Amino acid sequence: MRLYDVEIASRLLLGTAQYPSPDVLADAVRASGTGLVTVSLRRESAGQRAGQSFWSLIQDLGVRVLPNTAGCHSAREAVTTAQMAREVFGTDWIKLEVIGEQDTLAPDVFGLVEAARILSEDGFRVFPYTTEDLVAAERLLRAGCRVLMPWGAPIGSGRGLNNPFGLRAMRAHFPGVPLVVDAGIGLPSHAAAAMELGYDAVLLNSAVSQSGDPVAMAAAFRLAVEAGHAARLADPMEPRDMASPSTPVLGQAVL
Amino acid sequence: MSPPRRVLVRGAGVAGLACAVALAEAGATVTLAEAGPTIGSGASWKAGGMLGPWCEAETAPAGLVELALPALDWWRRQVPATRSAGTLVLALSRDGGELARYARRTEGHRTLDAGQLDALEPAFEGRFGRALFYPGEAHLDPRAALPALAHRLRALGGVVLTGRPDIPDGRFDDVVDCRGHAAREVLPGLRGVRGEMLLLRAPGVGLSRPVRLLHPRTPVYVVPRDDDVFMVGATMIESEERGPPRLRSMMELMGAAYALHPGFGEAEILEFAADLRPAFGDNMPRVVRDGATLHVNGMFRHGFLLAPVLAGQVVDAVLGGGSEPPAALVPLSRMR
Repeated sequence: MRLYDVEIASRLLLGTAQYPSPDVLADAVRASGTGLVTVSLRRESAGQRAGQSFWSLIQDLGVRVLPNTAGCHSAREAVTTAQMAREVFGTDWIKLEVIGEQDTLAPDVFGLVEAARILSEDGFRVFPYTTEDLVAAERLLRAGCRVLMPWGAPIGSGRGLNNPFGLRAMRAHFPGVPLVVDAGIGLPSHAAAAMELGYDAVLLNSAVSQSGDPVAMAAAFRLAVEAGHAARLADPMEPRDMASPSTPVLGQAVL
Repeated sequence: MSPPRRVLVRGAGVAGLACAVALAEAGATVTLAEAGPTIGSGASWKAGGMLGPWCEAETAPAGLVELALPALDWWRRQVPATRSAGTLVLALSRDGGELARYARRTEGHRTLDAGQLDALEPAFEGRFGRALFYPGEAHLDPRAALPALAHRLRALGGVVLTGRPDIPDGRFDDVVDCRGHAAREVLPGLRGVRGEMLLLRAPGVGLSRPVRLLHPRTPVYVVPRDDDVFMVGATMIESEERGPPRLRSMMELMGAAYALHPGFGEAEILEFAADLRPAFGDNMPRVVRDGATLHVNGMFRHGFLLAPVLAGQVVDAVLGGGSEPPAALVPLSRMR
């Protein structure tokens, strides 16, 4: 899978927040086989690089890092956070999150498009966390994004794909754009379903970090993402209304 | 008979004080040196003081409960004011799934319905339909417990020095370094995890035991102290910044306290503070040997819970004679 002209080994992208410990996080990353992890940059950590100890642990994982503007509520705040992240992590990749609503943590697509434009012009490679809205998606592409990351369901809700129809429409509408389902995944079957819809990858965090055994769950997601992707490539059969016996009935001996 | 072993303990937080008292009780001549102006100048002073191995086991490596159980008796012996009233775990009705998950992942609890909960803790007046009760857990006030340990140490002939005392290590047979995050330069892999807390006086609340409120975004606990004072904690942020608490964190802690009991709406804010929990990669403490120095560090959230256990390991290592060091002792060379 290529994202911004970089080959990423795995179609499972993993968040690094809220694990029981950094050691469990490291084991989960290994078990997931991921090639790209997100890490959120809190403003109070960035000031005097006070989060350096944890960031060093993330960078020691040996996988590419995608910093995240998690918790930003305005385009301006997101842009500032992205600039700090570029300095701290030495990458121009940024997962752009602009939160518009406190209860659902729904993206503010207006602020998102604005921040995406500013950051793209500044040389960032923007991974926008958005909805399945096609118009917003179109605007994000116009703003310079080359990857789109629609939500499956609200962040941390674990509800799976709330709007499979919308996600399918988005896939059909943007056949050439890498699409990642980001947020809302709770189970490996949700991740497999996203891949079966033709998505290029899934990004998840809580489903692994909040499970009882994050390392085992990371391995389960690795298998599910591989299975869903393989199934997509294998061109699944169409569902039918009528039963269709796999062995022909005609010509069988009648006793 | 050989003369008593002279031991210098650096750092008068919970780890240092527990080690100093345990060593003195075992016959060592102990000097406790604290760089801060008073004992408890660091993270221990801001701790919850919950002795809750069953609840903590939710996110800790397996074996925490068995490891920590002797600590409860140790505290009851050292600090008679330790209260053995158990712990309540609650969730708001829309987060009922959190309670089910917590029940699945922990032991040592029983489920209470609304009536049983109100019988145990009348202050809730039926606002919560269900709770988990951990009857074996206990709690103490760190600001009473730490001075009690210092008092005990002096009574055993130990010396407590504060305010950057100048002490050459050479006068001692052993050095036990319990400086927490301050030892970061010499302990590879040690990091600080920022925590913020609140101290409230709320005469209208009347909770008598620690309560943990589960919440998918911001789990919070409230621990009663004497005189209607409550400690509310604590955030966990992967940052080593010691600066004052942030408004968002305070809103989360206050919001959770208010959701737990409306009486907190009228509470006086006595104090808010932030500090760094020292932690290793697995968030579990350890005793590390570096020549004649033993490091006791990485207490993370488990300072009061595990300090007596580590103190026991230190006593074995320092005074145990020729016996094998305990398995938990990690030589510094083996650490990252």
